Amino acid sequence: MLFSLFGAVESGIIYAIMALGVYLTFRILDFPDLTVDGSFVTGAGVAAISISHGVSPLIATLFAVIAGFIAGSITGLLHTKGKVNALLSGILMMIALYSINLRIMGQPTVPIDSDSTLFSQLRGLWPAGIDDFFNGIFTTLGAERAPATWVILFFMLIVTLIIKFLTDYFLKTEVGLALRATGDNKRMIRSLSANTDSLIILGVGLSNALVALSGALIAQINGFADVQMGIGMIVIGLASVIIGEALFGKKTIAIATIAVIGGAIVYRIVVTLALRVDFLEAGDMKLITAFIVVIALVAPKIVQARKEKKRRIAKRATLGGLGKGA
Amino acid sequence: MLTIKDVSLTFNEDTPDEKKALQGINLELKEGEFVTVIGSNGAGKSTLMNIISGNLVPDVGDVQIGGKTVTNLPEYKRSAYVGRVFQDPMAGTAPSMTIEENLAMAYSRTRKRTLTRGVTKQRKVEFRDHLGSLNLGLEDRLNAKVGLLSGGERQALSLLMATFTRPNILLLDEHTAALDPSRAALITKLTKEVVAEHGLTTLMVTHNMQQALDLGTRLIMMDKGQIILDIDESKKQGLAIEDLLKEFQRIRGEQFESDRAVLG
Repeated sequence: MLFSLFGAVESGIIYAIMALGVYLTFRILDFPDLTVDGSFVTGAGVAAISISHGVSPLIATLFAVIAGFIAGSITGLLHTKGKVNALLSGILMMIALYSINLRIMGQPTVPIDSDSTLFSQLRGLWPAGIDDFFNGIFTTLGAERAPATWVILFFMLIVTLIIKFLTDYFLKTEVGLALRATGDNKRMIRSLSANTDSLIILGVGLSNALVALSGALIAQINGFADVQMGIGMIVIGLASVIIGEALFGKKTIAIATIAVIGGAIVYRIVVTLALRVDFLEAGDMKLITAFIVVIALVAPKIVQARKEKKRRIAKRATLGGLGKGA
Repeated sequence: MLTIKDVSLTFNEDTPDEKKALQGINLELKEGEFVTVIGSNGAGKSTLMNIISGNLVPDVGDVQIGGKTVTNLPEYKRSAYVGRVFQDPMAGTAPSMTIEENLAMAYSRTRKRTLTRGVTKQRKVEFRDHLGSLNLGLEDRLNAKVGLLSGGERQALSLLMATFTRPNILLLDEHTAALDPSRAALITKLTKEVVAEHGLTTLMVTHNMQQALDLGTRLIMMDKGQIILDIDESKKQGLAIEDLLKEFQRIRGEQFESDRAVLG
C-alpha cells in the first residue's frame, strides 16, 4: 500500500509538469489545446531516440522540450494565422503528431537503456546513505517493500517546483501579463499594443514544451517511449487542474500553480487506490479518470450550494427572532 | 496631429446589403484639439473610430498620425499612438487581473514588453498617485481584481489606463453611454480634467448632444457616412441643442431621427 503510494506521488510530480502546461493553455490563455496527447509522445520519442543515438540524457531532454515547443507553436499558428478554430487546430496537430512521432521513433516502441537516463546519472551522484535512511523510516511506517531509490522523488520535486516558480514569475512579467490578458480580454490587450497572435503562439508553444518535458522524463523512468503513451493525456492534465483548483483554490497565480501540482499528485493517488479495489482492473482507468473529473467539477458546487442554503436559513432564523422580540 | 484624407469604406460592396459607411471623409485635428462627434445611428461615427484605431482598413484614403501614414499599420502597432476607451465598461479592462496589473499593462502600451516584472515598487507609487486623482478610493485597492469593480469604477480605470501614458490620439467611443446618469457625469468630469491636464488630442463620439456641446473645442456632426457640420470653438459657445437640430434640418432637409440623441 505505502509502496504503491510512493510510486503514485513520484509519477504525480512528473505528470504535474504536464498539468502545468495544460493549465497555461486552458486557464491562462483560455485556449482548449488538444495537442497535448501528441506532444507528450513527441517529448518521449525525441528523448528516447536521442539517448539511443548516444546523446547525453540532459541534452536529449532539452531536444524534447524544443520539439514540444515547435509542435505547440504550429497549433498556435494554425489558430491565429490560419484562423482555424482552437479545438480543431489542436485535434489536427494531435493526429498529425501521431504519424510524426512514429517517424521520429521509427517503430512503435523505443526502449531506453536504463543506465543512460537522467535518473541513472543522478543516482550515481546520490549517496546510498540517504536511501537507506528514508527506507528505514518507510519500513518502520509499515511498508511491505522499500523503493529502490528516493533520488527521483527529490530531484523531481525540485525540478517541478523550479518550473512552478519560473511560471509564476513569467506570468508576472510584462510579457506574462499580456499573455494572461490575451486569455482574459483580447480586445483590451490589443488596444494596449500587444500582438495577441504572437502571444497565443508563444503560450501554446510553452505549454507543449512543458508537456514534452514531462513525456521525456516519464519515458526515462519507464525505460521506453511508446507511440500510444499519450492517449488521454489531455484529460489527465485537465483532471489535475480541476482537482487542484477544487482542493487548494486558485486565488492567485502562485496558489493556482501549486494547486495544479497538488492536483496531479492527488489524481495519481486516487487512481492507484481505485485500482486496488478488487472489482476494478487496469482497463477501467479511463472510466475512473472521467469519474474523478466529474466529482471534482460537481462536488464543489454542491458544497457551495449547501453552505449558501445554511447561511440563508441562519439569517432568516436570526431575523425572525428579532421580529418576535420587537 | 491626426489627418484623415479622402477616406471611404463600403461594407458588403455589390450586394443588396451594401452600406457606404464612410464617403470621402476629410478631417484634420490639430495638437490638443478636443473634437466631439455626434450623428444618428449608422452615421459612420464608430466606423470612423475603428479606421483611426486600426480595427478597420479604409477602401481608399489615408490616415496619418503625427505626420506618419498609419493606414495599413495593424491595430496592435497603432495602439502605441492611440489610447482608447470603449462604450462597454467591461471592454477596457481585464476582469480576472488586479488593478495594478491592469495599469502595468497600460504602462507597456508605448514601449516594448520585456521579461521584467510588470508591477514594480516604483510603478506602484506612480499607480497609486494616478488612481488618487480619480477620487474613487481605488488607490487603496491595488490588489483587487478588476472584475469586482462597478461599471463606473471600471470605466474610470479604463479612462486612466488610456490616458496616463499620454497617447498622441485619445479615442472615446460613447464611453459614458452605458452608465447611469450620476456615473456618466463623473466620467464626463474626469474626461474633461484628464484631457485638459495632458493637453490630449481627443476624438469623442457621443449620442448625447448636450455632452457634445459642453465638452471639447470643436463639434462635428456626421450623417450617412459624411461630415455634414463642423463647428469651431468660437461658434460652439452658446449653441443649444435646438440650434443643432435646426442646422441638421437645414442641411439635410429632414428631421434628425434619433430621439435618444435629444433626450440622452
